[in-house]
Amino acid sequence: MAKVPITVTVNGVEHSTEIEPRLLLVHFLRENLRLTGTHIGCDTSHCGACTVVLDGKPIKSCTAFAVQADGRSILTVEGLEQDGKLHPLQDGFFQEHGLQCGYCTPGMLMTGYAFLKENDDPTDDEIRHAISGNLCRCTGYVNIVKAYQYAAQKMREGGA
Amino acid sequence: MAPKTSPEIGGMGHSVKRKEDPRFLRGLGNYVDDVNLPGMLYLDIVRSPYAHATIKNIDISKATAIPGVLAVITGKDLEKYNLHWMPTLMSDTQMVLPVDKVMYQAQEVAAVLATDRYIAADGVEAVEIDYDPLPVVVDPKKALLPDAPVLRTDKKDKKDNHIWHWEWGNREATDKLFSEADVTVKEDIYIPRIHVSSIETCGCVAHFDKVKGKLTVWMTTQAPHAIRTVFALVAGHVGLSEEKIQIISPDIGGGFGGKVPVYPGYVIAVAASVLTGKPVKWIEDRMENLQADSFARDYHITAELAGNKDGKLTALRIKTLADHGYTDAAANPSKFPAGLFHVCTGSYDLKAAHVEVDGVYTNKPPGGIAYRCSFRVTEAVHTIERMADVMAHELGMDAAEFRMKNFIQPEQFPYKSALDWEYDSGNYAAALQLAMDRIGYADLRKEQAEKRARGELMGIGISSFTEIVGAGPSKHFDILGIKMFDSAEIRVHPTGKVIARFGTKSQGQGHETTYAQIVAEELGFPVDSVLVEEGDTDTAPYGLGTYASRSTPVAAAACAIACRKIKDKARKIAAYLLEAHEDDLEWEPGKFFVKGSPDRAKTIQEISLAAYTNHPPGMEAGLEAVNYYDPPNLTYPFGSYICVVDIDKGTGEIKVRRFVAVDDCGNIINPMIVEGQIHGGLTMGLGPALYEEIQYDESGNILQGSFMNYLLPTAVETPNWETDKTVTPSPHHPLGAKGVGESATVGAPAAIVNAVVDALWHLGVRHIDIPITSAKVWKLLRDAGIKG
Repeated sequence: MAKVPITVTVNGVEHSTEIEPRLLLVHFLRENLRLTGTHIGCDTSHCGACTVVLDGKPIKSCTAFAVQADGRSILTVEGLEQDGKLHPLQDGFFQEHGLQCGYCTPGMLMTGYAFLKENDDPTDDEIRHAISGNLCRCTGYVNIVKAYQYAAQKMREGGA
Repeated sequence: MAPKTSPEIGGMGHSVKRKEDPRFLRGLGNYVDDVNLPGMLYLDIVRSPYAHATIKNIDISKATAIPGVLAVITGKDLEKYNLHWMPTLMSDTQMVLPVDKVMYQAQEVAAVLATDRYIAADGVEAVEIDYDPLPVVVDPKKALLPDAPVLRTDKKDKKDNHIWHWEWGNREATDKLFSEADVTVKEDIYIPRIHVSSIETCGCVAHFDKVKGKLTVWMTTQAPHAIRTVFALVAGHVGLSEEKIQIISPDIGGGFGGKVPVYPGYVIAVAASVLTGKPVKWIEDRMENLQADSFARDYHITAELAGNKDGKLTALRIKTLADHGYTDAAANPSKFPAGLFHVCTGSYDLKAAHVEVDGVYTNKPPGGIAYRCSFRVTEAVHTIERMADVMAHELGMDAAEFRMKNFIQPEQFPYKSALDWEYDSGNYAAALQLAMDRIGYADLRKEQAEKRARGELMGIGISSFTEIVGAGPSKHFDILGIKMFDSAEIRVHPTGKVIARFGTKSQGQGHETTYAQIVAEELGFPVDSVLVEEGDTDTAPYGLGTYASRSTPVAAAACAIACRKIKDKARKIAAYLLEAHEDDLEWEPGKFFVKGSPDRAKTIQEISLAAYTNHPPGMEAGLEAVNYYDPPNLTYPFGSYICVVDIDKGTGEIKVRRFVAVDDCGNIINPMIVEGQIHGGLTMGLGPALYEEIQYDESGNILQGSFMNYLLPTAVETPNWETDKTVTPSPHHPLGAKGVGESATVGAPAAIVNAVVDALWHLGVRHIDIPITSAKVWKLLRDAGIKG
């Protein structure tokens, strides 16, 4: 299949390459760039394990073509830690036991990254709606809500 | 109970933050699909659109003409090596790839091997198969009718679709109690087919090194050692030898029982790698996972309960049809084809019980695995807790008071149940009372009465469950003959650091943390200095794996015993170093000291160094131990859950307003992790209670084949779980622990259903099969003449 050129910035690094137009963004990240923190959990955009942040908005990278990211900027879970310091959300998940098997965690973190930028003082109910497109089979969500609140408080206090 | 060790040591009872988290939080976990080997090929599978059909022809020519498609593997190719069938864990047989007939929709029919995952998918589209459809049997009751088509024509002399009959208990005594009873109740309870749907699907990377003759398989398996042995037994004749088979379970994205079986995809990938000498990756997508991997439940139960007017239960009688799909590929201990279903007398002191189960073949995917439970315990608990509630309502008694009256009492432990289990310990009334206090039970009943008078629908449901976990004692428990022990191998390094390896495999349970805490508890090494490894059969000691809540009851016990062997040796070394008699030494976490002279002490780190540098003459150097733990009994965690629901009369929608879960899992290793396990387990109880079900139409088409309609609870439906605990240690476990990973999934559905039925009992509702959808409730309300 004929390839097309794209230029994508991922976690602050610009990548110019040629890809098949049918290549899904999640496979571009996982296989072409070997950023395997972004996971695949369903075929129907329900589970959110593949969530990444595209130009500030969380999207499900299993339902986007890599070519759609041409000229745009992506943040994945690998880009959250800055200068050896975990993002408050990562710290929140650690402190509040917001993860078990870890498979949904990158998607949960990326949804939260975008959400808390828009609402740094959410109610629990707002958090629950914000993560309703991210399925977790291990935690029962209670501690994920707490992890978001932990991060929101740290961010309000100027931790990030 | 206050922890015995300091927070710095971090032994049992400390909520130590998880050692596995730093890699997961950074996206640096290593799951199977993250494994990437040079020259790796991709396998994708062609699946049957029919539930039952003869294969007339498979044309692979268009597929193999695609550049990058290297081969299309069919059943006929595997037949040459006698690998087209494989045994199931229940000693039935299962097709790897069919030669002439498919038995369920989505069954594997052929496999495409290609240089790239997209090209493999192109190849799947290009394989052309001619089928001749056959009559389909989806209903197990119809499957047993005399004119039903016989499905397993591969089995010589098989004349029907009946797999096995199994019964347990005293039929005569039970029947007599029923004939003498003041009150009996009877319900048909269907516990539908559901699917674990771990967020990571199944897959593997198989790599056969032709020069060394070594097969390495990275695989989503909960039981890597057992898988190694199965591979050696099944493929020994094609040259796979157990010392040259290495199974690696890397990070696993949730298991819940779904990653215990051997699926055809694994075997085909291994065969493809052995044939090509190249690494082969197979990763199923979600629809394949939902449509073809092992299901759980699918029990058609008829249950009867007998009791006296004063509310005392006497006997239980159960008949069940177990729909196994086209083969019995359950993952039960060999002796128990219905798993541990005969723990169905639950938390109640019954005089007699009798249970019968018949396994049936249908044109559905095989299985009969657990869904986060220990071998059919959820089916057992759901039945008894539903029936107890029906009886309480029938007698006009309060559901809590009724349970209190019938509980096995604390002084009766160890308690021999009517179906021969020996419950190790329990205090059921204490757990229920705590749950009632926490939720404000009396006030809720008052509120309910007021609301009912106003025509509002509110229900309160109780489930006081008893689990049975920790398989198991070798005299009763084996899988394919392999006894269900588990193991720990602990090595202390000269600098006082520890590596500990186990035959189990965490899929999110946090073993890297909790096992390290046991080492810290027993030997006083700080939890940070203990590295836990599992899942690599080349390095870890043999064990049967992690499922059925067996890691804590079995492998954690092995860990404690191995530590105690090390401690015995450490005491001898300390006595030598301190020039004291070992009987004169006392232990406090992290050091031995001479009785009465606390200054004369040797830390465990000093002893570690001495084990390699200055050990007593005549003693072997080193400080390590192995234990293969054969549990003397199972453990019996228990709890009481209370659920409050409000039902919308207009839509039938059920809102879980509150849910209080009181669990007793014996002594606790890590309270934070235990609570997390309960949160997750409750949510996997909520799902089947209200949303999850897999159904088939009459042609055998699956109706919930993706997450579009197989509905997992999201954060919006999931309530804010409230948890509490009582602690009743197991008397036979070295740490007094019982296991907790599955309790909540086992106990929660009955609490939810009991709450819904409680809200509707006055309208004549006696039972509703799960999942209780809004549509079901809406219809019941309309039938009862209730208008929104």
